[in-house]
Amino acid sequence: MRQGGTGVALPPPSYVLPAREKVILSIAPSALPIGMRAIEKRFGSVSVLRDLNLDVAAGEFLTLLGPSGSGKTTLLMILAGFIRANAGSIKVGDDEIITTPPHKRNIGMVFQNYALFPHMNVFHNIAFPLKQRGVATAETAQRVEKALELVKLQGLGERRVDQLSGGQRQRVALARAIVFEPRIVLMDEPLSALDKGLREHMQIELRALHRRLGMTTVYVTHDQREAITMSDRIAVMNAGRIEQLDKPETLYAAPKTQFVAGFIGESNFMPVECHDGTVWYEDRRIHTATPAPAAGRHLMVVRPEKLRLVTPTEPSNGINVFDATVADIIYQGDSFVCYVSLRDGRQLTLRDYCRGDVLARLPAPGQPIRLGLEAQDTILVASEG
Amino acid sequence: MSAQSALLEETAGGVGEHLNAQALRADARRESLRLLALLSPSLFLVCAIIIVPIGWLFWLSLFDETGALSASNYARFFEQASYIKTFVTTFKVAFIVTGACVLLGYPLAYMLSQLPRRAASICLIFVILPFWTSVLVRTYAWLVILQRKGLINSWLIDLGVISQPLSLANNLSGVVVGMTHILLPFLVLPLYASMKTIDTDCLRAGMNLGAGPVATFRQIFFPLSLPGLASGVVIVFVLCLGFFVTPALMGGGKVVMWAMRMEQTTSLYSNWGAGAALGVVLLVVTLALLGLFRWLLGARATGVWSSR
Repeated sequence: MRQGGTGVALPPPSYVLPAREKVILSIAPSALPIGMRAIEKRFGSVSVLRDLNLDVAAGEFLTLLGPSGSGKTTLLMILAGFIRANAGSIKVGDDEIITTPPHKRNIGMVFQNYALFPHMNVFHNIAFPLKQRGVATAETAQRVEKALELVKLQGLGERRVDQLSGGQRQRVALARAIVFEPRIVLMDEPLSALDKGLREHMQIELRALHRRLGMTTVYVTHDQREAITMSDRIAVMNAGRIEQLDKPETLYAAPKTQFVAGFIGESNFMPVECHDGTVWYEDRRIHTATPAPAAGRHLMVVRPEKLRLVTPTEPSNGINVFDATVADIIYQGDSFVCYVSLRDGRQLTLRDYCRGDVLARLPAPGQPIRLGLEAQDTILVASEG
Repeated sequence: MSAQSALLEETAGGVGEHLNAQALRADARRESLRLLALLSPSLFLVCAIIIVPIGWLFWLSLFDETGALSASNYARFFEQASYIKTFVTTFKVAFIVTGACVLLGYPLAYMLSQLPRRAASICLIFVILPFWTSVLVRTYAWLVILQRKGLINSWLIDLGVISQPLSLANNLSGVVVGMTHILLPFLVLPLYASMKTIDTDCLRAGMNLGAGPVATFRQIFFPLSLPGLASGVVIVFVLCLGFFVTPALMGGGKVVMWAMRMEQTTSLYSNWGAGAALGVVLLVVTLALLGLFRWLLGARATGVWSSR
């Protein structure tokens, strides 16, 4: 829930943390930037990361997003020091840490399965990093109490780990990863084991906590919605490379490759051709907001919600209009999805919200319709074969 | 009875009951009977080979040599010092052997658990291999190695390390060596199995939170391996209490354990009552120990076990 998000102004929900003046743990004294250079990792003959370069700004919430096998978890493990890279450099601030053993990196990590110590209660789990650092007993108790307060688990210190719900375990893991005020926090799909409602709730809380403590955070997920909700920037990974690194809104509005367009949000792909500075779909000229790219074959990315139904009488100058037939309409409560086929047989998906009398005016399957697409909503990417 | 309930009775086909309730109850009853019938062979077997013999043993122990009902078989334990000595020896051997198994077995199981899968399974074969050799053969092999003119003594004398042979066999040390060899797999296997279940992410979390390799082992791996260690220790200890062949051969008559006492009482003196009493005492003590272990574990390790 970033600033400037759309939607009606709701009162802040009860779980949003109080404002800065009641800061409990100190803001990470000097959140540090991370600079990764030319990271290479092979498992046997399989190359998992190839010449990977990534800069994370101090205090930034950066998400590594990609399908399984894209190398995002491997990169996180290399950052934490659990996997040794074949080549490359990792700098935290000015310090090279590529050969530093994990226990000396001072990086907090939240594991996918939480990795809480089952033989310790909540208090001792959270106190563990402080104990390793020789923090005095009284101060440990104080800091654990504050960390518990921060993740809203006050008074649960004496609970055994197996007496906690999934969400509570998640919070303990989080408290344990931040209680020693690490320079950097890594999170490996920390919410994937939670059910949908709790997951969305925790996304907002994690985000608020990050804003409050300001630690540099690298977050791994395969859930694009989660990445968009939480991140300052997202690095979309595919086959061991970063395909695109951008702010969420840029990634969605201007994907640079077919993979990114397909991975973030839903997309219709339409093959187009460019020549003489204009873009053509079949024999129809496409209006674009940006200058046409180099001559040759390209793909036009059309987001389902950017398409709209156009009445036969509506003037079509300046917008792209396609004649189509309704194949099917799926009602989804808040929205409906309309599957249509163009004259050439190409299938497209259209999504719109059920507001006003839209539902009553929906066309029936088999009915001819006209689809409208604004010039500014056209996205062109290189065609990948 | 109102018209409404009469209607209910008619539709339900029962006496003022819910729909088909009686038929469903009867069906459930029939099913339990069927299951009981299926179980009956194994129930019979359990009775025939466990409950009846133990009951008989207990019954026998209540009669003295003349066949009269008496508690003299049990009173003897407190009256004769030799019984108490045997009892103490049995526990002493059990403690030493269990300790030796832990000292040898823990590092071995740890190494096995850290090896890659293929290497671990090859090494496991070497752990299990002795199981396939008879206890008697292995015990005699140890005699050959440890006796006065055995391998070790003759080597040491040839090398000039010692001039008089060491007494390695026919005493407590021989018994301990032989029994440790035979019982070691009983500790290693459960321990290895429990070490394999320790979540590597927990160890990684330990490192990540600032614990070095030694601290991670001491504070995370070791406590998490305790349930496996405990079950191995219980198995070895209980097996020690009833061990016969090895102490009989390797002890040279100097180390008299409980099971040997039983054998003497029954086959040498034909005193079945006294022998049965020995058996009953061993059984009761073993069960008491198992109960104690369970209670101790339950008190300290419930968190470890129930979260798996």
